[in-house]
Amino acid sequence: MTVTDTLAQHADANLTKGEPLIETIGIGKSYGAIRALRGIDLRVNAGEVTCVLGDNGAGKSTLIKIMSGLHRHSEGTLKVDGREITLSSPREALDHGIATVYQDLAVVPLMEVWRNFFLGSELTGGRFPLAPLKTRQMKRIADEELRKMGIVVKNIDQPIGTLSGGQRQCVAIARAVYFGARVLILDEPTAALGVKQSGVVLKYVAAARDAGLGVVFITHNPHHAYLVGDHFVILKLGTTALDRNRADVTLDELTTQMAGGDELTELSHELGR
Amino acid sequence: MSHTVQTAPAPTPSEPTNRVTLGWTNRVLARPEVGALVAAVIIFVFFLSAAPSFRSAESFFTVLYQSSTIGIVAVAVGLLMIGGEFDLSAGVIVYTGGLVNSMLCWYFGMNLWVGALVSLAFCLAIGFLNGYLVMRTGIPSFLITLGTFFVLQGANLGVTKLVTGSVSSPDISRIDGYDSLGAIFSSSFKIGPVTVWITVLWWLLFVALAAWVLTRTRTGNWIYAVGGAPDSARAVGVPVIKTKIGLFMTVSFLGWFVGMHTLYRFNTLQAGNGVGNEFLYIIAAVVGGTLLTGGFGNAVGVAIGAFIFGMTSLGIVYAGWDPNWFRAFLGVMLLLAVLVNLYVKRLSTARKVG
Repeated sequence: MTVTDTLAQHADANLTKGEPLIETIGIGKSYGAIRALRGIDLRVNAGEVTCVLGDNGAGKSTLIKIMSGLHRHSEGTLKVDGREITLSSPREALDHGIATVYQDLAVVPLMEVWRNFFLGSELTGGRFPLAPLKTRQMKRIADEELRKMGIVVKNIDQPIGTLSGGQRQCVAIARAVYFGARVLILDEPTAALGVKQSGVVLKYVAAARDAGLGVVFITHNPHHAYLVGDHFVILKLGTTALDRNRADVTLDELTTQMAGGDELTELSHELGR
Repeated sequence: MSHTVQTAPAPTPSEPTNRVTLGWTNRVLARPEVGALVAAVIIFVFFLSAAPSFRSAESFFTVLYQSSTIGIVAVAVGLLMIGGEFDLSAGVIVYTGGLVNSMLCWYFGMNLWVGALVSLAFCLAIGFLNGYLVMRTGIPSFLITLGTFFVLQGANLGVTKLVTGSVSSPDISRIDGYDSLGAIFSSSFKIGPVTVWITVLWWLLFVALAAWVLTRTRTGNWIYAVGGAPDSARAVGVPVIKTKIGLFMTVSFLGWFVGMHTLYRFNTLQAGNGVGNEFLYIIAAVVGGTLLTGGFGNAVGVAIGAFIFGMTSLGIVYAGWDPNWFRAFLGVMLLLAVLVNLYVKRLSTARKVG
């Protein structure tokens, strides 16, 4: 069993490649007087990887927080599966099959690995208030899913705070892969990882795409993005700076844009070398 | 464009023997209630040797009764603290609950059952208000409940004085429903020479219920999560606001419960009582291994904490010492507990090898 199998099993069977899962039309977000994001048009299609690139403070996180239900957008429209909605909580996003790997991983350090894996989506033996958790089953599944990612924790009962940063990242990814049926959002999933582990994550991104999921891949590494992306969006200061399909853009262009684009050219003239 | 990537099977774990089962010492020491259990045994043995009248089944059950009057509310306060919040109004709400029931029925000539239900609704509303204000405003629960604590303390005295002209509530033992409510909240029965108060049984029931909820149900998972890392909990779909408001309401519910016990045991209440008890609940929880910052602790630990309270408060009397030393002793216990907690927390987050 590999992660690819998990993805194939858990992917919604009704996904057809190319159908829009999430669409934002002129979406924006203000925090008080500060407009963190404005006028973003983005489509997340089934079976495609949409890469969102940008410098720190470009609005990447704000954009994914809107799509994952952590923040409500304050302008524009958000469509999920073709219907206009406002996501009021991450629970609602999960119910639409949208799972997110957050940059800060969203784990509770003092809780056991398996409890973290199932947190918010626990398996219970009934719907009544005191219904017992299916503890044994949850431990088994969590262990299996982590093994598929090549992680063997010493004890599935140990607090997740005792794992290394890379291991915690893998738990967060395994959890999203397990619960995300339609859309997978990954916020800088390779940031805490070494070269080899990054490669593994990129393979999962590709595998999720092949399983028919829509993937949103946030990164500031254009090389990683270009390896898997079908569509590229570069954000700069809260607006779209570039929006291209894979066929219309080269890695050089992406890298240049990410490095500062025209500003860089200007700078090189000023420095005169 | 699309291109298929073959994902190789994830690298098989290089050493299958990597997995270890932790030694039992490590597993035992990382449990929150162990420190309290050791302390309880030491204190118990100490009073057995120091106070001759402590060595009987009667006094043991008196200790249990004393423990239960603090322990019932302490269970809820422990749950709330695991959920990362405080409730300083927990001490006076006990008397608020009793006073509302007593004076409403005395003034309007209502059946006591009706008054008890109105009082329950009132207490739950206060718990809801505490939780709602904390969650809506983001102000620390310490400050919000400090406010409700003072409001209730003042209102208890003020309203009682308005209604009865003194600071104690009227005698309600002749109003309908007194006996049936008394049977539920404040009856006792004899086993041989031993008097068993029903609150002891209620206490054990609530502890068992809380222990089940915390470790075996989804709600328990959520309580630990909202205390340990509320933002992470929300991000993965835990209803943080509902969970925390529910915890505040649990505290006010069990506060009401003990208020009913106090009212139907003594049939009249002193309106100024209850102040300071909120700290006893918090001490019981902390001595029982609950982490002050939330996310760690368990119900059995809190029960042991309350038992230590019961033993010392009566043990000092049985030993014939000046009872004023009791508070000094509690303070020492609290400091020791905090130190043990710190050590246990380090141990449980740092144990990587068995």
